[in-house]
Amino acid sequence: MNALIEFVKPILVPLICALVIVGVLPLITGYIVLMERKIMADMQARLGPMRVGPHGLLQPIADALKLLLKEDIIPDEADKVIFWIAPLISVTAGMLAMSALAIGPWFQVADLNVGILFVVGIGALGLFGIVLGGWSSNSHYSLLGALRSAAQLVSYETAAGMAIVGALLLAGTLSTREIIMAQSDYGVWFIVAAPVGFFIYVVASIAETNRAPFDLPEAESELVAGYMTEYSGFRWALYFLAEYTNMVVVASIATTLFLGGWLRPFAGTPAFNFLDFAPSLLMLVVAGYSFYRAPKQPVKVQKLFMIGVGLAFLGLAGILAAPLSASVNAMLPGLKPGLHGAFWFLSKVGLYIYLFMWLRFTFPRYRFDQLMRLGWTFLIPLSIVNVMGIALALVLHRQWGWGHVPAFGLTTVLTLAVAGWLAQAGEKKEKEHAMAGGEA
Amino acid sequence: MLDQIVFYFFATLAVISAVLVVTRRNVVQSAIFLITALLATAGIFLQLHAEFLFIVQVILYAGGIMVLFVFVIMLINVDVSLHQIQFNRQWWLGLLLALVLGAQLTVAIAVGRSGLPLGEPAPAKMLEPSTQLVGRVLFTEYMLPFEIASILLLVAMIGAVVMAKKKI
Amino acid sequence: MIPTSHYLFLSLGLFTIGVIGVVTRRNVIVILMSIELMLNAVNINLVAFSRLVGSAEGHAFAIFIITDAAAEAAVGLGIIIAFFRNRETLLGDEMDLLKW
Repeated sequence: MNALIEFVKPILVPLICALVIVGVLPLITGYIVLMERKIMADMQARLGPMRVGPHGLLQPIADALKLLLKEDIIPDEADKVIFWIAPLISVTAGMLAMSALAIGPWFQVADLNVGILFVVGIGALGLFGIVLGGWSSNSHYSLLGALRSAAQLVSYETAAGMAIVGALLLAGTLSTREIIMAQSDYGVWFIVAAPVGFFIYVVASIAETNRAPFDLPEAESELVAGYMTEYSGFRWALYFLAEYTNMVVVASIATTLFLGGWLRPFAGTPAFNFLDFAPSLLMLVVAGYSFYRAPKQPVKVQKLFMIGVGLAFLGLAGILAAPLSASVNAMLPGLKPGLHGAFWFLSKVGLYIYLFMWLRFTFPRYRFDQLMRLGWTFLIPLSIVNVMGIALALVLHRQWGWGHVPAFGLTTVLTLAVAGWLAQAGEKKEKEHAMAGGEA
Repeated sequence: MLDQIVFYFFATLAVISAVLVVTRRNVVQSAIFLITALLATAGIFLQLHAEFLFIVQVILYAGGIMVLFVFVIMLINVDVSLHQIQFNRQWWLGLLLALVLGAQLTVAIAVGRSGLPLGEPAPAKMLEPSTQLVGRVLFTEYMLPFEIASILLLVAMIGAVVMAKKKI
Repeated sequence: MIPTSHYLFLSLGLFTIGVIGVVTRRNVIVILMSIELMLNAVNINLVAFSRLVGSAEGHAFAIFIITDAAAEAAVGLGIIIAFFRNRETLLGDEMDLLKW
C-alpha cells in the first residue's frame, strides 16, 4: 500500500486532470451536440429539442441512454475485430491528444517539450479509426467515405501544419504552456500578427474534422453516412464522440496558438481590468434568464429543474467572483489564474466551435474535386507563403530594427496579395476547365 | 524500474507485432500491426529521451506513411490475394538465409559487446531540450544533408506522381 | 537502467523479421512494409547509441532515415499502383518481365 502511495504521489495531479478529461469530455460533447441542434434550430427559425427537460436540457442524456440500449449490429461479412476496435482508436486518439493541452495555468496533464506537435500528431491518428472502420464494414458506402476521409485529411493536414509552423516561428517553442506565455510577452495574440495563418488553420481544421462544408466523408446525400453507415448503437455513439472530441482538440490548438490560450483579452492593459468581472457577469445573466424562464415551464418538475439550473449558475458566478476579493486572493493566490484561465480558454474554444457551426449552416457542401483544388492549389501554397512572410517579418523586426506594426503589416499585406493572386488564378483555370468540357 | 517496464513492454509489443506483420494473410491486418510496431518503437524513443524523434515517428511514420499504405491497400482490391499462396517457392531458402544473418548479427553483438564501450549511458540531461538540440544539429553540422534530403523528397514526389498517373 | 546491448538485440530482432518478410512473402505491399520495418529497426540503434554518448546526432540521422522511408514508400506505392493497373496482380514473383 505504501509503495502504491509513493508511486502515485508525483503523478497525482496529472492523474486527476486525465480523469477529469476522460470523465467530463463525453458530457461536454453531449451538450455541444445539444448546442449545435439549438443553434441550427435558431438559424432555421424553429425551436429544436424542447421535450426532454426544460428547453431540451436533458436531451443529450436521453440520447446517450437510447444509444446504449440500441441493438448493436455487426455486418455479416465484416472483419469483426477491426470493426470492433476502429471506433475505439478514434476516441482514444482524440482524448490522448487533449493530454498535452494547457487548459488554464494549473490544468494540464503533461507539459511536453514537443507539446503542440504531440496534440497534432496523436489527433491525426484518429484517422485510422475512420479508415479501418470504413474498410472493415465491407460496404461500398463506408469504403468510399473512408477513402475520401483519408485523402482529405492528408491534403489538409499539410496546410494546417504549415499554418501551425507560422505561429510556432513567432513563439519559438513547441510547449503549449510556453506558447501561451510567449503571447503574453508579445502583448498581443498571434491572430493579430498572423491573421492569414489563422484563416488557413480555420479552413484546414474544418476539413480535418470532416465538418460541413467539407463533410464529404459522411455526405448523407451521396454516401448515406459515409464511413459510419454500418455502425449502430454505442459504436456509432463512439464515432460521434470522437468527431466532437476532435473538434474540441482543433479548437484548443487554435486557441493555444492564435487566440492566446487562457489569457484574458487585453491581459497586459490595466485599463481593461474590468474584464475580470466578465465571467461572473456572464454566469449571472444565464442564471437570471433561467429564473425568468422558470415560471413559464408547463410542469412543476420542469419549473423546479429550471430554478435548479439557475441556482447552479448562481453558484458558478459566486465561485468565479470569489478570487476577485482581496482576502480570498491573498489566501489562495493560484485560484484566480486557475479558474479564470480555464474560463477564458473554454469560452474561446466555445466561440471557435460556434464558428464551425455557423459555417456549417451557411455554406453548401463542396464537390470533391473542388475540395482537393482548394486544398492543393490555394491553401498549401498560401500557407507556405504565410510561413515565409512571418519569417521575413521576424527578420525585419529582429535584425533590421523595424517596429512590430510595420513589419507584420507589410508581410500580412504581401501574403494577402499572394492570396488574391492565387484565388484569381484558380478561378481562371476553373473557367478554362469548364470551357474545355471537364476532361482532366 | 519504470524505465525497465516501459522498455520491455514496448520491445515485446514491437517484436510480436513485427512477426504478425510478416505472417498475416490479410494485408490490412499486416498494416495495422505495422502501425502498432511503429508506435511501440516510438514509445522506445520516448524512453530513450528522444522526444522530438518520438513525435516525428508518430506524425511521419504512423500518421503519414502508413496512411499512404492503407490508402493504397484499399484502393487496389485485396480480396483476390487472400486466397493466394502467401509465401514464395524459395521461402525455406530465404528463411534459412535470413536466420543465418540474424544468427551472425547475434554472435557479433554477443561477442563484441565486451569490447565496446557500452557501459553507463550519458546523463539524460544532455539530451534536453530535445527539440532544440536536434534543430541545432540539423541546421549546423548536417545542413547540406538536410537540404539534399529535401531534394530527395521533391524527386520522390515527382516520381510518385509520374508513376501513378495514367497518362502523362 | 537498461544495457545498450538490449536495444541492439531488439533492433536485431526487428531487422531479421523484416528480412524474413522481404525474402519470403509474395505480396509486394507486405514486402514494402517489411522494408519499413527494417529501416525502423536501424533507427532504434541510432537513437540508443545517441543516448549512450549523450548527443543528438543520432537523432538527426534517424530523421534522415525517416525521410528516406517516406520517399521510398511514396515511390514504391506509385510503382505498385502502376503495376497493378497493368498486370492486375500484387505478387512479387509475377513481376518477371522488364517490358511487355
